Amino acid sequence: MAKIVAICATTHHPFYYKTSKMAEAEAPPFASTWIEKVSRYRETLTRANPDVLVMIGSDHFHQLWLSAMPQFLVGNAPFYDANYYNEEREFGLPQLLLRGEVELSNFILTRGLEVGFDLAFSNELRVDHSITCPIFTIRPEADLPIVPIYTNIFAPPLPQPKRFVDLGIAIREIVDAWPSDKRVAIIGTGHLSLELGGPRQFGPHGPDPEFDAKAVEWISQGKIDEALAEVTLESLHQPGNATHGFMDFMLMMGVAKGQVADYSDTLDLFHTMEAYFTWYPEGK
Amino acid sequence: MSKYYLNKFLFTIDRDPELVERYRNDPKGTVAWWLTEIGPTNLGLASFERTTWLTLEPDEREALEIHDKVALFAMGAHPFLTLTLWIALFERDFEEPLGMQLDYAKALEHFKLPYPDITT
Repeated sequence: MAKIVAICATTHHPFYYKTSKMAEAEAPPFASTWIEKVSRYRETLTRANPDVLVMIGSDHFHQLWLSAMPQFLVGNAPFYDANYYNEEREFGLPQLLLRGEVELSNFILTRGLEVGFDLAFSNELRVDHSITCPIFTIRPEADLPIVPIYTNIFAPPLPQPKRFVDLGIAIREIVDAWPSDKRVAIIGTGHLSLELGGPRQFGPHGPDPEFDAKAVEWISQGKIDEALAEVTLESLHQPGNATHGFMDFMLMMGVAKGQVADYSDTLDLFHTMEAYFTWYPEGK
Repeated sequence: MSKYYLNKFLFTIDRDPELVERYRNDPKGTVAWWLTEIGPTNLGLASFERTTWLTLEPDEREALEIHDKVALFAMGAHPFLTLTLWIALFERDFEEPLGMQLDYAKALEHFKLPYPDITT
């Protein structure tokens, strides 16, 4: 059976790539700390030596549109073009070509149907920065095949938080059961408190530092039940209008099955708090 | 009211560099052109398969014609779509980093929770 060698959950900050490429004189004051923290986080994946990456993210109205909006979708293709013109324009993110791991995509899709997740699929998926940000931060070689899984945290009506946790648990069990000798890392990106296109956007910190502190505690300590007791689709409006992206972290807590994180770090930035968590299911 | 159609306008303009410039320079003309050429097409279908019912209400059309981000927010247009397009349209007019984004936030500061519903 396949081995899950690392589970990584992180925020995806599209400005990291550009910031990390700036000359020292031009870079903002927080750049060196940010780069250092990301580099330490990268090491948590590198040391696990994965062969395949299952990557959870959320399309930002790039390919997925309101004329047919899946709640959960698995990429099932041998290759994925990555990043869009408007991400290059806004964030300076280059376009990439990533390889796919079709055998695992098929396994997740068919086994998902068997265990109660009727996952949508795409045979031609151009992934966006929710998938490529962690490539740039923790696997910049972009050399491993991926299985992208998209969740809808963006276009209401959204799935319930519990469904995200349950999908995370299902993904963990399905990957564990994949008949393969591959070493798999499961990487997911979400948000802590975040406001986009609203009055609380781009403040000196994330819009709700109290929520962020609580969220970091839930994730790092594996407190799934506490998070589920407090988080609802309605409550997530309070910390910021884009905070529903926290449900991708809840999915990752499901993947980690309530285990305490082996690695946990944060960085308070303008606009949002960055957070980095890694679990090693089979021990360090 | 058609939040979906408002969003469709923002979405289809934002993803095309030529349309971004066109909408910046001639918002009224771009909206009129869009309503006959792009809006009626279904993005997953052949271009001759056209909607027989989608339309913008007069106030929605006006908000797009005058680049009124505050009205769009109030109508429940998706805030991510509006913000992303506004960055493409107007960030260049501000000297300070994040100047546009902070000016944008200030223009919306009278909105308190709950914000207008964006469900489509």
